[in-house]
Amino acid sequence: MRGRDILRFAAGSLRGHALRTGLSLLGVMIGVSAVVILTALGEGAKRYVTDQFAGLGTNLLIVLPGKTETSGSLGIGGVPNDLTLDDALAIERQIRSVRRVAPLTVGTEELSTGDRRRQMPVFGTTRSYLEIRNLEMARGEFLPDEEMFRGGMELVLGSKAAHELFGVSDPIGAIIRVGGWRFRVIGVLAEGGLSVGVNFDDIAIVPVRTGMRMLNRSSLFRVVAQVYAYSDLGIAKQAVLDLITERHDEEDITVLTQDAVVSTFSQILDTLTLVVGAIGAISLSVAGIGIMNVMLVSVSERTREIGLLKAIGASEPQILAVFLTEATFISTAGGVLGLIVGWSTVALLVRLYPALPASAPLWAVVAAFGLSVAVGTIFGFLPARRATQLDPVTALSRR
Amino acid sequence: MIRLSGIGRTFDVGTSKVHALVDIDEQVQSGEHIAIMGPSGSGKSTLLNILGCLDRPSVGIYELEGRAVVDLSMGDLTEIRRHRIGFVFQFFHLVPRLTAAENVELPMVFAGVPRTERRQRVAEAIAAVELSNRADHRPEQLSGGERQRIALARATIMKPSILLADEPTGNLDSQSGNVVLDLLDRMNDGGLTLLVVTHDLRVARRADRIVVLVDGKITKRVHGDQISEVLAILAES
Ligand SMILES: Nc1ncnc2c1ncn2[C@@H]1O[C@H](COP(=O)(O)OP(=O)(O)OP(=O)(O)O)[C@@H](O)[C@H]1O
Ligand SMILES: [Mg+2]
Repeated sequence: MRGRDILRFAAGSLRGHALRTGLSLLGVMIGVSAVVILTALGEGAKRYVTDQFAGLGTNLLIVLPGKTETSGSLGIGGVPNDLTLDDALAIERQIRSVRRVAPLTVGTEELSTGDRRRQMPVFGTTRSYLEIRNLEMARGEFLPDEEMFRGGMELVLGSKAAHELFGVSDPIGAIIRVGGWRFRVIGVLAEGGLSVGVNFDDIAIVPVRTGMRMLNRSSLFRVVAQVYAYSDLGIAKQAVLDLITERHDEEDITVLTQDAVVSTFSQILDTLTLVVGAIGAISLSVAGIGIMNVMLVSVSERTREIGLLKAIGASEPQILAVFLTEATFISTAGGVLGLIVGWSTVALLVRLYPALPASAPLWAVVAAFGLSVAVGTIFGFLPARRATQLDPVTALSRR
Repeated sequence: MIRLSGIGRTFDVGTSKVHALVDIDEQVQSGEHIAIMGPSGSGKSTLLNILGCLDRPSVGIYELEGRAVVDLSMGDLTEIRRHRIGFVFQFFHLVPRLTAAENVELPMVFAGVPRTERRQRVAEAIAAVELSNRADHRPEQLSGGERQRIALARATIMKPSILLADEPTGNLDSQSGNVVLDLLDRMNDGGLTLLVVTHDLRVARRADRIVVLVDGKITKRVHGDQISEVLAILAES
């Protein structure tokens, strides 16, 4: 018996119960397309996040107070020294590869003007932040280009914040209260949307010194330093560490490069992709049980046929091959359809949401398809073996 | 070509034993036409299944064409069923989803006969049972007699030397039964060894010899024309 004959015979008997075949095939299809779609979404999320970081330029150093070691605990003494404006200034002045530095303090305050009031994140920083984060102005000016310690009372609003506080009227020059402090609005950011998890549309930005006083902070939230060239990043990172360690008499800061942040996120999202892929794979094994069920029914329905096949000289390996082929046929066809459905769904999603660069990773596609084929063979084995073990005499005596 | 010595077949049913065949000695020559008769439950089908290598005797020696069947491997038995023996059943056992031609083709598919040769031989075999115009019909579209003729074509497509038929006319009216029996006779005339289990005296009468089984034992061997002796035995039991 040749392979083609086995295939034809198996296909013929599957056609004999098309509905059942179709339903169990559907199970495999859903499983495979689930793996493809879910992993594509995971991969899309990863690319989205890493793109967001990449869009900010990779030549940034982020300096945080406190030391995150692999042990996770702080050094002896527990509380780290403050990361101060002086530190930020020292980084900018003393490290040659650093081009500019933006100190950052962050809090949440209530902004009010007239009878409108709104709670929102308040950032304290310097003009350098505009350049480092590639922010654009819709109107007015960003914070003035002055030294860090001045502590002016200017304020820049995000586009949504400006709209909600001032409606259609021009906020430039208006006085606004933040906590108990009075600021003059000097600019509104262009609609920029989300970047590194910060919604720049819904934010107020004030000079860093003022911000620290108002928010009652002695330490900066972080210092963002931009180096001249990406290749300087490693040296600059070490230089920053050395400088601050010297200034604080201990190593109590953490310096992240964009790379580290990106790779941490991409690791997290890789894990996520793997997990959702595994969930899809579980649905595939459920589909395998469906195949087993269909094949068991088929074997018991075709008892007489199996007896006859034995009587006319079909060997046990041949009968095993016929039934295994049927099961594998269901799972393979389901797998192919699943790939098609999965891919089309992903393509559709990408068209609907172009911002999400979803695309199933090759390993997931190969694994899903391979698993679907294997599922048919594995779950088809028990019914197929049952078929070969039927006693031909009893099988034939069934009416 | 067939030699049975001391064949017994015992089935275990729960704790008790059913002796379906007891101490059967028999020889069948090549080209013989034998009818096996006997009351229901006397062991006729059991004997036929053993002869067809679908079942094995509990005791005794079955020699087929000079070889003891006990010594044969699974592969050898498959070869025997494939090439040496044809089966015809009371209930035809055609595969319902296949056409008449495909049913006839089936043994050749499993024997690995090339496709072109298969087509040729199917056409000949279907012509031989005079159903060429029904080749593409499915079993359900055929009458009982036609189904049995297709089954006959299938049983002989591998050119076996022995044909085993278990009540081949049991489900047919006498007219279509006769068509089938005529075909069997013609095949027997061509040298095919024929063993037919039957309840029907008109079927048995065509045989060279009649073997009568009662309670798993051969109680009588007579010639086809001595049918009255068989009648007497069957009336007794
Ligand atoms: N698989 C089995 N298990 C138990 N007993 C069996 C089995 N097969 C047959 N028998 C018994 O063996 C005996 C002979 O059965 P067999 O089918 O050979 O009879 P038969 O002569 O063909 O009868 P019939 O004319 O009704 O077909 C019967 O008593 C039957 O119940
Ligand atoms: Mg019987």
